[in-house]
Amino acid sequence: MTPVAVPVAARPAWVRRWFSQETLVAWLFILPSLIGFVTFYAVPAVRGLYFSFTDWDMLKPPQFIGLDNYTQMFQDRQFWNSLGVTVYYVLLNIPAQTVLAILLAVMMDRVVKSTLLRSVFILPWLLPAVIVGTIWAWILNPALGPIGSIFRALSLTPPPFLGSPDQAMPSIALINIWQYTGNAALLVFAGLQTIPKEVYEAGAIDGASEGRLFWSITLPLLRPVLVFVLVTTIIGSFQVFDTIAVTTLGGPAGATRVIIWYIFEYAFNRFQMGYATAVAVVLFLILISITIIQMRVLKADTSDLA
Amino acid sequence: MTTHTLAPVRSGQRRRLSAGKLAAWLVVGLAIFITLAPFWWVVRTALSTKKDLLANPDSILPVGFTWLNFGRVLGQVDTATAIALGGSGQKINFWLFARNSAIVTSVTVVGQTFFSALAAYAFARLKFPLRDPLFNLYLAALMIPGIVTLIPNYLLIHRDLDWGNTFLGIVAPTLLMSPFAVFFLRQFFLGVNRELEEAAALDGAGTFGIFWRVILPISIPPIATLALLTFVGTWNSYFWPSLVGKDESVRVLTVALAVFKSQTPQGVPDWTGLMAATLISMIPTLGVFLLFGRRVVNSIQFTGFK
Repeated sequence: MTPVAVPVAARPAWVRRWFSQETLVAWLFILPSLIGFVTFYAVPAVRGLYFSFTDWDMLKPPQFIGLDNYTQMFQDRQFWNSLGVTVYYVLLNIPAQTVLAILLAVMMDRVVKSTLLRSVFILPWLLPAVIVGTIWAWILNPALGPIGSIFRALSLTPPPFLGSPDQAMPSIALINIWQYTGNAALLVFAGLQTIPKEVYEAGAIDGASEGRLFWSITLPLLRPVLVFVLVTTIIGSFQVFDTIAVTTLGGPAGATRVIIWYIFEYAFNRFQMGYATAVAVVLFLILISITIIQMRVLKADTSDLA
Repeated sequence: MTTHTLAPVRSGQRRRLSAGKLAAWLVVGLAIFITLAPFWWVVRTALSTKKDLLANPDSILPVGFTWLNFGRVLGQVDTATAIALGGSGQKINFWLFARNSAIVTSVTVVGQTFFSALAAYAFARLKFPLRDPLFNLYLAALMIPGIVTLIPNYLLIHRDLDWGNTFLGIVAPTLLMSPFAVFFLRQFFLGVNRELEEAAALDGAGTFGIFWRVILPISIPPIATLALLTFVGTWNSYFWPSLVGKDESVRVLTVALAVFKSQTPQGVPDWTGLMAATLISMIPTLGVFLLFGRRVVNSIQFTGFK
């Protein structure tokens, strides 16, 4: 007997659930996004994991080589070096940017009433990193840029900035701090708006100083927002690429060869796709671990307001 | 009695506040200056003549004022003049790249927003088997860094589908959905009053009719916000289009700018042309900023509290 012939009420519950009109309509609604999800997210993620266990070089068909890519990676000094360079960049970027963002947000909270004025701070964030990198390569140009001019006016030799191995990574960090601090500050600012004013009034009546109010009220109550800001900026910071692609190209002498640049070189200059995807998988594991640790340590979901 | 004890506290507070306010304005003012000053340097360079600029790099104002750098970048100036102005003399045409960016961005924004909205509605309102596991899978995709799927996607587009150097290849991975868009809109649809939909259903509207005539019209603010964020993200993207859209016929502005930056006619980068090109590439972003800056600021605050 075919299911079609069965009267509606007589069908088993699971058939009614799986073939109801609502289910069919729902799948039609989901379908386009599902095609996109499967084709460009799910399958590539699985494929990437598979490639990482092969020697694929785009010339001959991929051969399964087990963990060889991973052992090669862990023995490669350049891999450890680019991981070190990336961590160095994150350490240069995130603490300074976060502290500046909190400072700016607290100051904005006191004096800036207009959204228009505050929106100035998203301007750098709205721009492509390629444009920001190009602009700053020009501003940091020792011979022709304005910062060089200031040094010359003080009869000092302008620093080489992006041109020297020592200063290249701090310069990249400076550029990205310029681009992203405003955005982070606006997030923190929004977090500040959720703190009830009575809490401060109560603290002030108890005679707490401003510093005391900040440390024992503002910071603890901002925790959920700060976790969000830290998780997203650290993940973004580990994947820095565009700025480097238009300024230092990984140089000088590998000083800015961050992990994504390392992957990029292996994948698209040497076409060692198997090895490159293995490094990408390791980066994924690093990022996931950092996120989980951060959520745990900072107890993301609990605000002291509750 | 109470006023007695409170009065000194209040005046003391006011004095401290005004000193505090001054400090706050100083910090905010300095931040605004640091945010905006680089843009003046871009304008000043774009309006300068290269020869005069090299002779007088410290000037705050344009040196050897000229509009020709813009004409040069837009391909309106003949080769000899272009070389005289410090360009490579190679034909550059930012109109073409701007058009390419406009095509890629508008198709992506419309497609991704619409298809994500359809899926988000199904996830928010319709009941069907596997709904929650599927939605969790979409969410999981938010955690995967782009580099993991980038290489498999490159192989899929470039080799398997042979869509390299086509608009289709550039937009395909982001055309049908983004996990963030689905998540963002689902959160909003969950909060929509069900009575509106029930009334439309009583009038005989089907699910798509309800979605199209009830849900979309009342969701214009969040959809506009999402479309804006997608616009900025797509217009600014560099890595993916630099891999699959190298050819001039589909080259977008960010890629064109990076190529332009890497050229060094007459031994040094063509800084005046480069800054003119940067300014031209910034126009749409500045337009978005001026028209919708407030909305973006508000949306940043929204994403902070998901």
